[in-house]
Amino acid sequence: MNDVLDVALRLLVVFVVFLTFPLIVGQTEHKVMAHMQGRLGPMYAGGFHGWAQLIADGVKFAQKEDVVPAGADRRVFQLAPAVALLPYLLVLLAIPIGPGEGAVGQVLDAGVFFVLAVMGVGVLGSLMAGWASANKFSLLGGLRTAAQLLAYELPMLLTAASVAMAAGTVSLPGIVAAFHWWWLPWQITGALVFFVAGLAELQRPPFDMPVADSEIIFGAYTEYTGLRFALFLLAEYAGIVVLCGLTTVLFLGGWHGPWGADGLGWLWTLLKTAVLAFLVIWLRVTYPRLREDQLQKFSWTLLVPLSLAQIALTGVIKVVIS
Amino acid sequence: MSPVPAVSLAAAPHGFLSPTGVEIAFLLVGLVTFGAALVTVTTRQLVHAALWLVVALGGLAVEYLLLTAEFIAWVQVLIYVGSVVVLLLFGLMLTKAPIGRSPDADSGNRWAALAVAVAAAGALVWVVVDAFRATWIDLDGPAAGTTAVTGQSLFRHWVLPFEALSVLLLAALVGAIVLSRKAKADAEPNTGPTSDPNAGPVTATAPAATRTTPTATPGAPTATATTPAAPPGDQEGAR
Repeated sequence: MNDVLDVALRLLVVFVVFLTFPLIVGQTEHKVMAHMQGRLGPMYAGGFHGWAQLIADGVKFAQKEDVVPAGADRRVFQLAPAVALLPYLLVLLAIPIGPGEGAVGQVLDAGVFFVLAVMGVGVLGSLMAGWASANKFSLLGGLRTAAQLLAYELPMLLTAASVAMAAGTVSLPGIVAAFHWWWLPWQITGALVFFVAGLAELQRPPFDMPVADSEIIFGAYTEYTGLRFALFLLAEYAGIVVLCGLTTVLFLGGWHGPWGADGLGWLWTLLKTAVLAFLVIWLRVTYPRLREDQLQKFSWTLLVPLSLAQIALTGVIKVVIS
Repeated sequence: MSPVPAVSLAAAPHGFLSPTGVEIAFLLVGLVTFGAALVTVTTRQLVHAALWLVVALGGLAVEYLLLTAEFIAWVQVLIYVGSVVVLLLFGLMLTKAPIGRSPDADSGNRWAALAVAVAAAGALVWVVVDAFRATWIDLDGPAAGTTAVTGQSLFRHWVLPFEALSVLLLAALVGAIVLSRKAKADAEPNTGPTSDPNAGPVTATAPAATRTTPTATPGAPTATATTPAAPPGDQEGAR
């Protein structure tokens, strides 16, 4: 009975995190973007600085009509948002925020592989949406999504492998436990490549070619309305939380802080994740969108060689110090 | 689970008629996988076939998990569901796969394909049964398929096949490059110097296609300088 309670509690906590953190990132994006552009952003919903804006948005989305285009493939069209969103929920289960059994949803033996594998599945949702909408803009968006995933999955995987090599384990808590401060300069290239490739996989600006509004309306999500559209948006923000959490865990030492902070480790994880999320928003406001060919070139000619160099460096240093 | 009157086999300590929960789950997932695989090859809707393939491959990953081989399961999801199927869908989208049935989505080789499939399945079942016979995985003890165990057996006992496999993959990569280059040389007089926006994604298929088969995209028209840069990465990734 106690085991069942334990599992239920863990699932509940992860689910609550899954429901709240993306909204917090979304609200932060509203406000940070606004202030960077000399605006105020939402100010009325909820009273204090528009804190309830996204809840109001959610209510609005829930009220809208759920339209399925006449020519669409009904079932695939309706299933796509769930396929896009659920993988991120699963990934959150495996990300540790503090030391010990209690601070991770489920300890996995091959956590790094689990996380990257399941994140890749989420893209299937965009592909299904793009094809099933019976809309040429959606199809183009789906094509771009697929091309982007194929280009950026490799550097992401290679840099994650580099960290796993350094730590000598593929379990996420194991990697953080093995972290030392000097890993930061050692793995810095890998960290940058991982973060950038992750941004591209999430289709965040400046890598938002698949949803480029000035060219293909909203890519694979063009035909979606109401709650299903909201689910796609939620998937994007859940993706930001997952990517920032993963970068923190793999490259920034997770719960390790400058003062060794025992007991407050989870705070460090959250802080680092929040800083990275801020960076994601900052990048969106700062850089213009890359062109599709620039996007591909960037991955194959820069990120892949860099990640290979990082793996070589990791291997050499690992052999030297052991 | 349910107390079925067990006919105890003399050789094996485990009877086949008193299954545990894990065994029942294994069987059910296996049935789902088999059903999905059948639909994959029989459906007339091209993209649906690819999506049912996702179910079949995912079911296989769950089977690996139930056999305690966690690492293999995640790699299965990563490579097959995450990359191969995405590549497949990408190819299907390039052909403007229609929504609804494609009446011509059939091949005259139906019976030959069935024969090959049955022969392959027979050979596999025979090999597996012959290799493992009445071996049982002890689920209560330490997991038998953890990453550490898999890695050790791979690099201690199976290094030679592993390296042979990597040479095979290298050959496939080189073949893919040769094929895409040849297609480019053929297509050169037809295509003008216009840079169409699809140039990027098509470029991406050439290196990525090599993960599966070298003949996946013989028609990739734009083999730019990026193509040769990719194979070392792919090769490393395959390792």
